[in-house]
Parts: sequence; C-alpha cells; structure tokens
Amino acid sequence: MNADTEVPPIVEMRGITIRFPGVLALDDVDFTLRPGEVHSLMGENGAGKSTLIKALTGVYGIDSGSISIAGERQTFSTASDAQDAGISTVYQEVNLCTNLTVGENIMLGHEPRRGTGIDWRATHAEAARHLASLGLELDTRSMLAHHSIAIQQLVAISRAMVLDAKVLILDEPTSSLDRGEVEQLFGIMRDLRDKGVAILFVSHFLDQVYEISDRITVLRNGALVGEYPVAELPRDALVTKMIGRELADLAAIASSSHRDIDRSGTPVVKATGLGRRGVLEPADLEVYEGEVVGIAGLLGSGRTELVRLLYGADRADEGTVEVHGEHVRLHQPRHAIDHRISLSSENRREEGVVADLTVAENIVLGMQARQGWLRKIPKKDQDAVVQEYIDALGVRPANPHALVGNLSGGNQQKVLLARWLATAPELLVLDEPTRGIDVGAKADIQRKVAELSAQGLAVIFISSELEEVLRMAQRVVVLRDRKKIGELEASTTDLDGLIDYIANAGEGSAA
Amino acid sequence: MTAVYKHRLFWPIVSLLTLIAINAIARPQFITITMRDGELYGALITILRDSAPLMLVALGMTIVIATRGIDLSVGAIMAVSGAVALTIIDGSGDPDALATVLIAVLVAVLVALILGMWNGFLVTVLGIQPIVATLVLMLAGRGAALLITGGKITTVNSAPFKWMSSGYMVALPVAFFIAVAAIIVIGVIERRTALGVLTEAVGINPEASRLAGVRSRGIIWGAYMVSGALAGVAGLIYASRTSAADANNAGVFIELYAILAVVLGGTSLNGGKFSIAGTVVGVFIIQTLDSTVLFLGIPSAQSPVFFGFVVAVVVVLQSPRMRSGLANLSGRLRPRGAGVQDREKAEVA
Repeated sequence: MNADTEVPPIVEMRGITIRFPGVLALDDVDFTLRPGEVHSLMGENGAGKSTLIKALTGVYGIDSGSISIAGERQTFSTASDAQDAGISTVYQEVNLCTNLTVGENIMLGHEPRRGTGIDWRATHAEAARHLASLGLELDTRSMLAHHSIAIQQLVAISRAMVLDAKVLILDEPTSSLDRGEVEQLFGIMRDLRDKGVAILFVSHFLDQVYEISDRITVLRNGALVGEYPVAELPRDALVTKMIGRELADLAAIASSSHRDIDRSGTPVVKATGLGRRGVLEPADLEVYEGEVVGIAGLLGSGRTELVRLLYGADRADEGTVEVHGEHVRLHQPRHAIDHRISLSSENRREEGVVADLTVAENIVLGMQARQGWLRKIPKKDQDAVVQEYIDALGVRPANPHALVGNLSGGNQQKVLLARWLATAPELLVLDEPTRGIDVGAKADIQRKVAELSAQGLAVIFISSELEEVLRMAQRVVVLRDRKKIGELEASTTDLDGLIDYIANAGEGSAA
Repeated sequence: MTAVYKHRLFWPIVSLLTLIAINAIARPQFITITMRDGELYGALITILRDSAPLMLVALGMTIVIATRGIDLSVGAIMAVSGAVALTIIDGSGDPDALATVLIAVLVAVLVALILGMWNGFLVTVLGIQPIVATLVLMLAGRGAALLITGGKITTVNSAPFKWMSSGYMVALPVAFFIAVAAIIVIGVIERRTALGVLTEAVGINPEASRLAGVRSRGIIWGAYMVSGALAGVAGLIYASRTSAADANNAGVFIELYAILAVVLGGTSLNGGKFSIAGTVVGVFIIQTLDSTVLFLGIPSAQSPVFFGFVVAVVVVLQSPRMRSGLANLSGRLRPRGAGVQDREKAEVA
C-alpha cells in the first residue's frame, strides 16, 4: 500500500451536485482519488454511484461543484473530453466490438500506419506487447467474441492502457467472473496500482472490495457518508453505513431458516439420475415441503444446468422426475409450470423480464401463460394481484404501469419473484435471485422467501454468496465440475466447512 | 392538449389528414361524395374500396412483425389464392352459382392458410430466419400459381365472385366491409383475449417468455397462418376486381407496402408492441397517396418518384427526433415530456 495521504490526488471532486427533474441525484458530494490506490465506491442501488462515475467520465454535466484532474480544473462536456484527460472506464457490459479481433480492439484508433494503410503486423505486435505487460498471452488475431467475458474485460483494460489512462474506472467488473478469473483481474489491478494508476472500483461483492481496496468511499441517497481506509472500516460498519439500518434483519432471517424439516413423507419434487451428456453428470435431488435446499458450487460447476434440466428449460437425456411421488415428464418449461414448479433464471435481463412491458404485465405474464391466451384474466383480478405483490415485496416505483426495463435490478428481481409467486407454485427455484442488487432489496427478497418456505413452499436457492446459501437453506447440495459431490446440513456447517467441502470433498474417493 | 400530442397515433393521423387536405385544395372534388342509386361514390369511397387488399395483408403483417418476424410471401400467396379460386370457378359448369363461388373461396383461403402454416413451420420448427423462410414461398409461389392455371391467365365471368370487389352493401363497397370485418376480428382476438399481450411478450423477449411458460411456438406459428389466410382473402379481392388470375401481377410489391403501412402506423420492426389502429391509418396513408398520384395527373413514369418523395417526408415527420423536436416547439410552456423524466430517473436508480 503506497496510498498515503501525502501523494497529491489525481482526481478531486468537490461539492458535486446533479439534479434530474424531480430528483436530487447527487447532493454536495466530495470524492478524492490518489495515484497508486484502489478506491472502492460503495452504496446501494440509487445511492448515486453511477451518477458520480458518469459525472467524472463526462457523460453527465454537473449543476454545481468542481472537478480537478492532476490539480487542473476541468469541465467535461463529452465522454471523450474525460478520455483525453486520462480517464478510462471498463463497464460491466464490455463496450468493445466483439466482431473484431483482440488486437483490433486494443489498438482501435491508434493503429500504427504504413503509408495510407494500417500496418497490421505492427498493430498486432503492439497489441501483444500491451497484453504481455498485463501478463496476458492471447492470440491477438482471434475474434474477441470467442473469448470469455473475463478475457474481454482484460482486453478492455489493455485498451485503457493504450490510451495511457491515469485513472481506471472498473464498474462491476467481477459480476460475471469466476474465482480464478477474479484472481487474475485482481493481479492485474495490483500491478497497475503499483505502477501509479489510480483505480476506482465498484462491486457488490463485499469480499472482493475488502480483498482489493485501499480505501472506501460510501454514498447513501445521493449524499456522501464518508471516506475510510479499509482497515478502519469493519464489514458490519460498512453495511450499516450503506443501508442506514442495522443488520438485525438478516439475523432474523437466519434464525427463522434454522428449523427442522420433516423428511419422512413424499418429497414435493424428486429427481433421480437427472443428467445430460456434456452438461451435467446424473444427479439426484429432492425437496420437501417447507424446505429450502441451497445449491452451492463455483460458477460453471453445474448449478444452473441442474435446475434448468429439472425445469425442462433444457432437455435431460437421462433420469426421472417425480412430483408428489408421481412420475412426470418435464420436457418444456410449460410442463414444469403445469406441475407447479417455477424457475427464476439467473439471467434477469435476457431470460427474466420482458423489458418493454409494464410491471403489471410482467407480473401477470406467468399466470396468463398458465391460463392460455383464450381465457384472459379479468382486469380487476389482474389489478388486485399486481397491487398485492407490489405492496408485499415493496416494488419501487410502486407504479404498475412503469416499464420494467426502467426499474433497477433489485426491483426487476422483485417483479420476477411476484410473477412466479402469483402462479402459486409448490416448488420455487431461484437461480441467483440476489446477484447485482442492493442490500436492501436483497433483505426484502430473502425475508419473503424465508416467510413463504415457513408456510410450506419448497424452495431451491442458488447463490454464489455462500453466506447467503447457509443463511437461507436447511440443506445444501454441492456441485463441482458438473457433478454433484454431496449434501450438507446447513445447521451443522459453517462457512469455512462449506468452502472446504466445495474445494476438497470427494477428492480421489468417489471419482 | 398534452395528451393528444403524446398519443402514438397523433402523427400518423396528422400525416393522413394533411394528405387529404392537399388533395382537397388541389382539386375540391376529391372530397365530394355523391349518392347514386343508393350507392356512395367519390375519391374517398374509392380509397376505402381499393385499400381492402392492402388492409388485409397489412393486418397479418402487423401480427407477424409483432413476433419479431416478417412475411415476404404475402404477394405470392395472393397470386396462388386467386389462381385456385378462378381455376375452380372456371372448371365448374355454372360460374354464376353461389355455391360454386363459395366453394372456390373456401378452398382458396384454406390453401392460403396451409401456405401460412408452411411459413410458420419453417420459422418455428426448423428455426429458419423469417426473412429467409418466407423468401422461399415469395419466389416459388408465383410459379406454383402459374402451375395451377396451366401457365395462362384464367379469366371468368361470375357475378357473385365479381360482387366481392365491386358490389355494394348499405351504400358502401363490399370490399370495405370485408376489410372492416378483418379489422374487428383481429382486434377482438388480439385485445379481448390475452393473445395480444402474449404476442408482444414473445416479440420483446422470446426466451423470457418461453421460461415464463408462454407457448411461443404456437403463437408465432399462428401469426404466420393468420397472415397467410388474410393474404388469401386479399388475393380473392384482387382476382375479383380483374375477374382474372394473373399470377405475375397479383399483389406485386404488396409485402413492401404492407411493411411500410405497419411502420407508418408506429409498430417497430424490432417486434413487440404493435398497434392495429396504427396499421389501419398507415394503410389509408398509402392508399390516399396512391390515389393522389392518379388524381393530380402525375405521369405514370414519374409516379414512383413522387410516391417515394412523399413517403420520405412522412417517415421523417414521424421519426423520434423530429417528433420530440416538434413537441418542444409547439409546447414551450409545457414541462418536459414525462417519458424523458422517467428515463432519467431510471438512470439515477
């Protein structure tokens, strides 16, 4: 850590205020970024993180306040002004051209010339040099689209280096990376930090924030809460500062989840030897009434694949499924829904919400699909159901006619939860229901799921956050390398035990 | 006042009224309507009558486009439908018998429905891109129609068949009533049942809809069948007007005019949200323009240029940028549009 306060700051934002019609998005916020530090910007959705970043990158103009870069007062009116001042941004959704090669993307607009044309050999050589300086070895002539999101992000960082960035903004870069990829990214971030680059990091993952950051700035409701060195801000203090209320809520959820489940009767759903070649080795899974079964494992371990096979989203080529002891064939989502099984996909945007329809239409969609198109649900019944779930889950804005695409991630997730609960399922499968959403919405969703399971709903709960899985579930199914490796009782397992099981269980024995 | 500006049909209707006004100013008899023998006549009545085939095709096209698809085969289906009907009537002993005509009409529409089913099969079961899938029939259909008529232009003299295009009921052309019936049937099926919103869901996000349990295959397949059947009826009206099955000229370019009508009516080619009323207005815009060309006596060699020019003006007027510009101009006192506010708020969140 060389981020001592003596170093003159590279970015100084003072008294930043931004107004949108009817909303004070940022209210007199200060933010300081020093060379050679990783600085995390924390806050719930709507706290003003994105707005602050957009002010710094020239996307939004500021209504009052000042921005200085390396001591010089700047007014950015476009994003390219900010780029010229040495500020580069790597977004969650990579903004590169996936149909160009890696080298073309890195060097775009800065290709070495030969005569009137581009010297492709030199272009690729230089791209390779930039990649090598980040410790990456890639074929620069391969298409960007053929690489994983993780590699694409690293390419985006290389591109930022070509632009000679002094400030690198990483907005949720890790949300679709697995652990190894995160480690690789962090290695590169540390390298750049040691070379004097100032890095602004935004992530929902507290572990990652604590692992990589030197300093944390917390925002809440558009206002600055404070700036803290990481060592002086314990986790629960951070979360309390972010949400402005105590963690008693989450503790209450945990205690309500820890109860005994009667597994003597017939399970609600029982899958035996469910698998598909190249996707998942045959696995057993059973869920009883009122039980929350967690599924844990690394990204790509087969968690999503298992529930998609169960739901009929993908066709299983072996195995059987029983619902209340009766054999059923679930070859399409329709069949699963007819047997009162619902799946909320991990991919909220692509496979969840219908963005251009309203909140009400999205909530009713599941019920209406189940009824068939001929029997339209009467307007009055629709309104009643929609209002009930908007209230019960606290969807914001509480406007049934708002387009879902305009809602924040957490509220979209609540709308999806409402869609599925409205179909009165007996088994609810939630794949990463809390990914990328703020702590408040997360607590709302967890509380609702815990409450419903206490009333008898069977739930399968998948999450990358193992604390969350342990908090919600009574039993945890563990997968590794597209294979089920075992089950644990949540009451007799702690976090370290679960991590150890995921990493080491079954090594060399059952395999 | 503000509500009127924001309505999505505002600009299409303004375009249509402007066209009519220009015509009326150039030649006032454009808007005169006379009553002869209990039947109404006049340029506007002719527009109502002649728009029927395009109306039917554009209604089907609206539904197909809402599912993120497109149907290029409608013109060819019109040719096939006309060929089937006239061949049956021509081959029967009594072309004037109502029963003969009824059978011919039913068989022709059934054949058109089957062709639509073929399109739907290619798109939903085989997963071929709609533009490619319907291109097959667009290219092959006219050949098939010629095969049915034995390579010649079959002509008939059948009063009941002729009635479809030139007959009158309650002082208005029969063809107009056919179009109105189609608008009402499609409107009721889409909006009184849940089919409309499910179609939009499939068009906006097919995978999310499938996982939500929507039978998207059935909905998409059905859209192509509806489009095929409506094109079949349109082909009958066209054949009835000329009393001939002209496979090379029936419905030529109608797929493009239908797409234009859908777009003018405010339905996006990206699928999803659609507007039946918008398409109806779009069809009237195109048909009015078509009569304008005739009415103003523009030489036929130049008429495509004129047509293209006016379409360009209408499309520019309706472009989102132009709309917001005009809305700001005409309403300086109003607060900024609510839609803009909502979007900005959403970005804050």
